[in-house]
Amino acid sequence: MKRVYVKEEACIGCGLCQVYCQLEHSQSKDLIKAFKKETPRPLPRVHVERNVEVSFPIQCRHCTEPWCVYSCLTGAMHKESISDEVVVDMEKCIGCWTCIVACPCGALSRDLDSKTVIKCDLCPGREIPACVINCPNEALVLSADEKRE
Amino acid sequence: MQTKYLIIGNSAGGIGAAEAIRQVDKESALTIVSEEPYPAYSRPLISKYLAGERTFEEILFRPVNFYEQNNITLLPGKKVTHLELDAQTAWSEDGTQIAWDKLLLAVGGNPIFPKIKGSDKRGVFTFTNLDDAKAVDRFLGSARKAVVIGGGLIGISVTEALVKRGFDVVVVEMKHRILNTILDQRASLMAEEVLKQAGVEIVAGHTVVEINGRETAEGVTLDNGETMTCDLVLVAIGVSPRSELALDTKLEVNRGIVVDRHLATNHPDVYACGDVVEAYDFVYEDNRLIPIWPNAYIGGRIAGFNMAGIPTKYPGGTAMNSLNYFGIDIVSAGMPTAPNNDDYEVMSKQETSTYQKVILKDNFIAGMISVGNIEKSGIIFGLMRDKINVESFKQSLLADNFGLAFFPQALWRERLEAPPGLLLQSVPSIQTGEKTFVGE
Ligand SMILES: Cc1cc2nc3c(=O)[nH]c(=O)nc-3n(C[C@H](O)[C@H](O)[C@H](O)COP(=O)(O)OP(=O)(O)OC[C@H]3O[C@@H](n4cnc5c(N)ncnc54)[C@H](O)[C@@H]3O)c2cc1C
Repeated sequence: MKRVYVKEEACIGCGLCQVYCQLEHSQSKDLIKAFKKETPRPLPRVHVERNVEVSFPIQCRHCTEPWCVYSCLTGAMHKESISDEVVVDMEKCIGCWTCIVACPCGALSRDLDSKTVIKCDLCPGREIPACVINCPNEALVLSADEKRE
Repeated sequence: MQTKYLIIGNSAGGIGAAEAIRQVDKESALTIVSEEPYPAYSRPLISKYLAGERTFEEILFRPVNFYEQNNITLLPGKKVTHLELDAQTAWSEDGTQIAWDKLLLAVGGNPIFPKIKGSDKRGVFTFTNLDDAKAVDRFLGSARKAVVIGGGLIGISVTEALVKRGFDVVVVEMKHRILNTILDQRASLMAEEVLKQAGVEIVAGHTVVEINGRETAEGVTLDNGETMTCDLVLVAIGVSPRSELALDTKLEVNRGIVVDRHLATNHPDVYACGDVVEAYDFVYEDNRLIPIWPNAYIGGRIAGFNMAGIPTKYPGGTAMNSLNYFGIDIVSAGMPTAPNNDDYEVMSKQETSTYQKVILKDNFIAGMISVGNIEKSGIIFGLMRDKINVESFKQSLLADNFGLAFFPQALWRERLEAPPGLLLQSVPSIQTGEKTFVGE
């Protein structure tokens, strides 16, 4: 299972991962339009946590035993059988947010316009997710290893 | 017929168990019996169905080909009426005899129906399954006004559906505030406020003593003698464990069926999970009834692994609800209110439309409530579930920017790793010889 790992000692807390994630999930794929003109405004699926000198981005860990999947009331949140990714079916999601309470990482967020949960989808159609490619200090890596190092 | 695994109940618990069994045993015969004549659907979504927002297909819990794909025999519309545990046999109403090696009772709850004079009239409904929602829907016709008895989760859920259908609704709650078992006073009041804004009338501190009308409900009389008119009455005062099948057996039943940390009953080949059981609550450190969907599914999953021969221990569950009725997001978990003694520490923060509260006992989280801003509730619930001592960072728990970065380094590092099989490893096994299952 591939997921995005952070080398937090390399993270400078700039938030560009968040910006590029947001751009990647926009309609226009144009930085200015995506942030200033698009409605609904595209939302990032990664967010940067900061506390004094510590910073690191958080996105879905695609857990082996995903609490979010086991807690989903509708069956929207599920594990893809081949890729092993944790995926949300937007058609089925009703925005009850039970998965948000279930996720110990706080990796899920609310899209209040569509009333569906949003999460890291590892950028379908891209070999390397946008957050990884655009990290200026190479703090993010896509890896299939079970550990970060 | 003969089956290795027999699951009674085709809902959260039954599906959780079936999926776990099929993860480790793809071959053996697996049969699910269901009194309801449908493939598994999401029970909480019957209110969306009644509101007209979701069709039946849209509330199905799994894809239509689920049973076929997983080699599961579903016997829909069949009610099991009798168990013979020594003979490992179940009998259904229509005379079918099913022999099993391992049995799971995932039979859920029955709506509580109090003895109220006139409750046998037309136009009086409960609201716990799809057929209830269909019956209410058929009855609506030209009806305009409803009385909902019970201001708990189910009552508020059906209230919202009726408001969306254009009804005037009065909620009659016996206690002094709605949602009183899962929320504290302040959060209840915030919920009440949005209900009132949506035009719902709330009558708290009273009960209905009589349903008036000839053949059909035309109104209710309250315990203070006051009467009000209505066209239909919804009885939503809760569910009680449906332990009827266990009653004429040697299975241990307290308020619900009693299970151990492997979701096994006192019969070695019989398991139970979901709304029908008293299972371990990690906050109260005791077995309790916790009738919520995630606990039924997770309990089913644990039972399923054990039934398939993979000893797996239940980390326990606790009350955990995420409510979104009438446009307000509310999360609550564990204890809603701290017991009145010095062992508990309460931290809270309120702004106009948001409210956050954490209850600590000896620096472990015992309860939480979030209103409005709920994005961080998973992080806090995770600390509660994993029994993490929060002493070193408790001052930041309610900070606007709170997050994993406020944890001690070792802890946030662990959260950023590829998580192991959390569910099955989070409780170190005490019994020797217990295996820990780490996925396929
Ligand atoms: C309106 C409503 C809203 C809700 N909202 C929420 C919510 O927001 N969040 C939440 O966590 N929970 C919610 N719940 C609770 C949740 O639906 C239950 O906790 C959950 O469904 C329990 O699952 P279960 O598998 O234990 O049993 P159930 O879902 O009750 O299923 C048991 C099944 O077993 C069948 N059965 C019983 N006896 C027999 C027999 N003898 N033979 C054959 N079949 C039998 C029943 O017909 C039923 O289909 C809500 C419930 C309702 C009614």
